[in-house]
Amino acid sequence: MDAPHIEIDRLTKRFGAFTAVDDVTFTVRAGEVLGFLGPNGAGKSTTMKMLAGFVTPTAGTARIMGEDVVERPVQAKRHLGFLPEGAPTYPEMTVQGFLAFTARARGYRGSEAADRVHDAMRMTQLEEVRLQPIETLSKGFKRRVGLAQALLHDPPVLVLDEPTDGLDPNQKHEVRNLIARMAPSKAMIISTHILEEVGAVCTRAIVIARGRVVADATPAELAQRGPDLDTVFRELTREAA
Amino acid sequence: MTVARRELASYFATPVAYVFIVIFLVMSGALTFTVGGFFARGTADLQPFFAFVPWLFLFLVPAITMRLWAEERRLGTIELLLTLPIAQWQAVLGKFLAAWAFCAIALALTFPLIITVNVLGDPDNGVIAAGYLGCLMVAGAYLAIGVAISALTKNQVIAFVLAVAVCFLFAAAGSPVVIEFLSRNTPVLAEIARGLSVTDRLAAFSRGVIALRDVIFFISFIGVWLFANAIAVDLRKAD
Repeated sequence: MDAPHIEIDRLTKRFGAFTAVDDVTFTVRAGEVLGFLGPNGAGKSTTMKMLAGFVTPTAGTARIMGEDVVERPVQAKRHLGFLPEGAPTYPEMTVQGFLAFTARARGYRGSEAADRVHDAMRMTQLEEVRLQPIETLSKGFKRRVGLAQALLHDPPVLVLDEPTDGLDPNQKHEVRNLIARMAPSKAMIISTHILEEVGAVCTRAIVIARGRVVADATPAELAQRGPDLDTVFRELTREAA
Repeated sequence: MTVARRELASYFATPVAYVFIVIFLVMSGALTFTVGGFFARGTADLQPFFAFVPWLFLFLVPAITMRLWAEERRLGTIELLLTLPIAQWQAVLGKFLAAWAFCAIALALTFPLIITVNVLGDPDNGVIAAGYLGCLMVAGAYLAIGVAISALTKNQVIAFVLAVAVCFLFAAAGSPVVIEFLSRNTPVLAEIARGLSVTDRLAAFSRGVIALRDVIFFISFIGVWLFANAIAVDLRKAD
């Protein structure tokens, strides 16, 4: 069997005396959509930031398509599409200008860059606002600009930190459809605290609490452990606390 | 340099660029013609202009560098920038080069001064060119300080005030007051202060002397601060 697209290997991050992520290990293969669950402050975002090569791990490492994020960060990042928490973008840039910048930073030039930007805008339905400065857009549009940036280079690995946070129900539905369409060819990690989302889009769920993995199962298996997913989630994260 | 292009474009996408350029042109012109006694001196050169530029830059350069990293940190875009497949030094260098190019544009727009002296008299344009090179070097030195300090904080005001203070140290290091005070007590420090003074070195440029050691000083000065910048970004990116 091929090596997993994402390998997280004994990843640990300490901030002073506080351990945010504590010896976390798991892998994600192509075709898997991993729901990454946990209460606020459980270490979801820190784990994702380490995987994306933004935060340097205290111990352990992660590999994307076999490239070590600590040893070969630039190579690892080429295979990765990352939506940081809150979908940050440069407010004064236009949608098209911003996406053109990320396309250039990813090494695309000329008509290829233009095609990439165009495709990303089409997938995330941003064409109607492409010449507007990002600061004038609504929250839903801003989130989609962040998504477009992550999808632009058609990466084999996608890491999305709360992709549907702050979206209205229609927009959530669109984003979930988008994720489902891309799922077969990619390895994805999606963090969320909306449990219904896990059942809707994820093939597997990992629950993390106090920096440790407390459950790793399919959403259906998780739901069977109690009356409903909500209760199971509360039980799991309370035990650890 | 993708990052440099984006940064330079973003200066002109906001009023910052225009405010900076207008203030710089008005102030440099006004100081040159009034306090500098451009006409009263009766010589066709730009000495008074080159004497004021480092002091103007002292306030204006930190104003353009203060946002470079502090803003990225505040908006969270630093996370986006540093997870693109570019090396960290490329991001640091890109921001610096954009700011430097911007200063070069502002300096280039003082060209009416050159035309004025050439119409009024017969100046040595080689000396003027050397003076401009010196100004660009001083701008580079201040920018490198300013960008590095911007990487230390989320707060643009703190970044501005700290950068002005540090730039002032290097601007004032060669002034007679400082040198006199230091040489009375600790002559060694006076020598060091003179060596680190950016204004002394600009004075040499503005007399038309482009000494290799001065150029090397500025290049290594910028290099050291950019290196400090990379370290600051690395250490503080997690918070």
